[in-house]
Amino acid sequence: MSVPRFASLVSRSRAAAAPALRNAARSFSTTNAVRSAGSIPSLHTFTEEEVMLREAVAKFATEVVGPKVREMDENEMMDRSVIDGLFQQGLMGIETPAELNGSGTSFTAAILTVEELAKVDPSVSVMCDVQNTLVNTVFTKYANAEQKEKYLPKLATDTIGCFCLSEAGSGSDAFALQTKADKQGDYYILSGTKMWITNSYEAGIFLVFANVDPSKGYKGITCFIVEKDMGVEIAKKEKKLGIRASSTCALSFDDIKVPASNVLGQIGQGYKYAIEILNEGRIGIAAQMLGLAQGAFDLAVPYTFDRKQFGQAIGDFQGMQHQYAQIAVEIEAARLLTYNAARLKEQGKSFVKEAAMAKLYASQVAERAASKAVEWMGGVAFTRDLLVEKFYRDCKIGAIYEGTSNIQLQTIAKILKTQYAK
Amino acid sequence: MSHRILVPVKRVIDYAVKIRVAGGKIDTNVKHSMNPFDEIAIEEAVRLKEAKKATEVVTVTVGSTKSQETLRTALAMGADRALHVEVPESAEVQPLEVAKILKAIVAKESPSIVLLGKQAIDDDAGQTGQMLAGLLDWPQATFASKVELNDSALTVTREIDGGLETVKTTLPAILTADLRLNQPRYATLPNIMKAKKKTIEKLSPGDLGVDVTPRIKVLEVSEPPKRQAGKTVGSVDELIDKLKNEAGVI
Repeated sequence: MSVPRFASLVSRSRAAAAPALRNAARSFSTTNAVRSAGSIPSLHTFTEEEVMLREAVAKFATEVVGPKVREMDENEMMDRSVIDGLFQQGLMGIETPAELNGSGTSFTAAILTVEELAKVDPSVSVMCDVQNTLVNTVFTKYANAEQKEKYLPKLATDTIGCFCLSEAGSGSDAFALQTKADKQGDYYILSGTKMWITNSYEAGIFLVFANVDPSKGYKGITCFIVEKDMGVEIAKKEKKLGIRASSTCALSFDDIKVPASNVLGQIGQGYKYAIEILNEGRIGIAAQMLGLAQGAFDLAVPYTFDRKQFGQAIGDFQGMQHQYAQIAVEIEAARLLTYNAARLKEQGKSFVKEAAMAKLYASQVAERAASKAVEWMGGVAFTRDLLVEKFYRDCKIGAIYEGTSNIQLQTIAKILKTQYAK
Repeated sequence: MSHRILVPVKRVIDYAVKIRVAGGKIDTNVKHSMNPFDEIAIEEAVRLKEAKKATEVVTVTVGSTKSQETLRTALAMGADRALHVEVPESAEVQPLEVAKILKAIVAKESPSIVLLGKQAIDDDAGQTGQMLAGLLDWPQATFASKVELNDSALTVTREIDGGLETVKTTLPAILTADLRLNQPRYATLPNIMKAKKKTIEKLSPGDLGVDVTPRIKVLEVSEPPKRQAGKTVGSVDELIDKLKNEAGVI
């Protein structure tokens, strides 16, 4: 009896087709599909302001920062004229709205600024990066109107800020922080120490994460806006392997009084703000590492076409060609990861995985590029006469701060699990 | 006294780019920027405005759509508004034609001063300012290294072959900027953002009644001969022999 069999075949295939069609409909409604491929620009597409800004920053970096790089590194101190220059160029309040004395530009503009500065000096780049992607963003996202009006203009025009989370006993395990904040009337009394705080030597505004109720564990962590003259003490300025001009200090808060009105956001939500902000800050560090890699590459490769050994430019030996071609590929890959993460964030899409990937990879590429750059330039690169050895020292921090490489890998793995585990 | 300063600017191949000639033509698929002497001109005009000697700085360019970025840079440096005389990308507009366009713009805008860069770094013509002065019958002070503006007169120090020359002109006048006139400012980010709101007015050469057909034809473009290594000679006789028989210069 073929008809019933045929009918059952048809109904079975229709049943099989139905879920597939249903899945197709569901996937079309959730993809980022656009009308036609011709309208999708490459990741090397920028707005007019972003292009102009990149060129202005590149010029500023070469002409104002460039001559001071070696001196700042030897003295382990940021030059005041460089700091003033960053403020005057409007580079310390890139996303801050114009009404609050900022430059009112995009997140990608900040990323491009950090990248261009890092090509010349990763120390200057990280100062600008922390200010924009950590400090300013915390205020913009979580502060109330009075706090924004009071602090954002200062941060955009003349005051450096810093992000105080890490302590001697809590780095990757940030929530194990011990700094306490005891409520007393209209004040909180802050006591504790912080370590490895970037910008802290020059800073006037400190975003301090302290626990108001240790019995609640990490759910007591609260973010406080602390001004220098409330009593912040620089316990120690670190002497470092790299980014020596960027100040990294241990801070101590010896029962200092902070007004309750300086609680930023909600009490006990500090842990959440820290995580969210660091997700964004990661893209900034990726940009810094990207600029570092490119800066080292741009120093070393032209040299290989000038330097002749055995009757030819060393850059023409196949062994060298393969090496710098490989590094160029990796820099481009790091660039695309970084720009893509920046654009995803700008568009309000989910970007945590992509940001972690960008920071992880860019810091690895920076190390490989800087290391190769020293090799390509040979003996003279090993002296402090050239800046290429500085890139090699500066790159190491990329795998450590704002989330170690192991933490990045874990972040990525956790997200992959949600995508792949049934 | 309200003085309006008109500053023409040109989009040229960036000064740091190594020029390559391919198939008898210059490779233009490289970085472009504002002619450096025009940057100096914009800077001087903006400084005069900031010193309250001038009331408005208007910038103008003759170029394709891509020249818009040059106008935005001028606006970001402090010019108040811009005029874009748009021509197709393939068009070649030469100094005399530019001067004629500028003459029409001058009739439209009535500036007290037209401040140009002394020359463009692509053609090195160094003619537009001078031709414009001729067409307008205005006084000109070229290769300026210092400019002082009073209500009705300009005192200008010029760099000439023998040294420095100071001239005084009545207004309106033409000025061309030399290298040492000033150090142009960086466009700060807030100014780049403000420049977005400033107006760029679009015009065509036809609107201004100017025919931009080139009157000079370029016959050939070639790279200069590559530098050869020098040779050491043993005696003066050998030198003379080589100059005569090898180099053929005596």
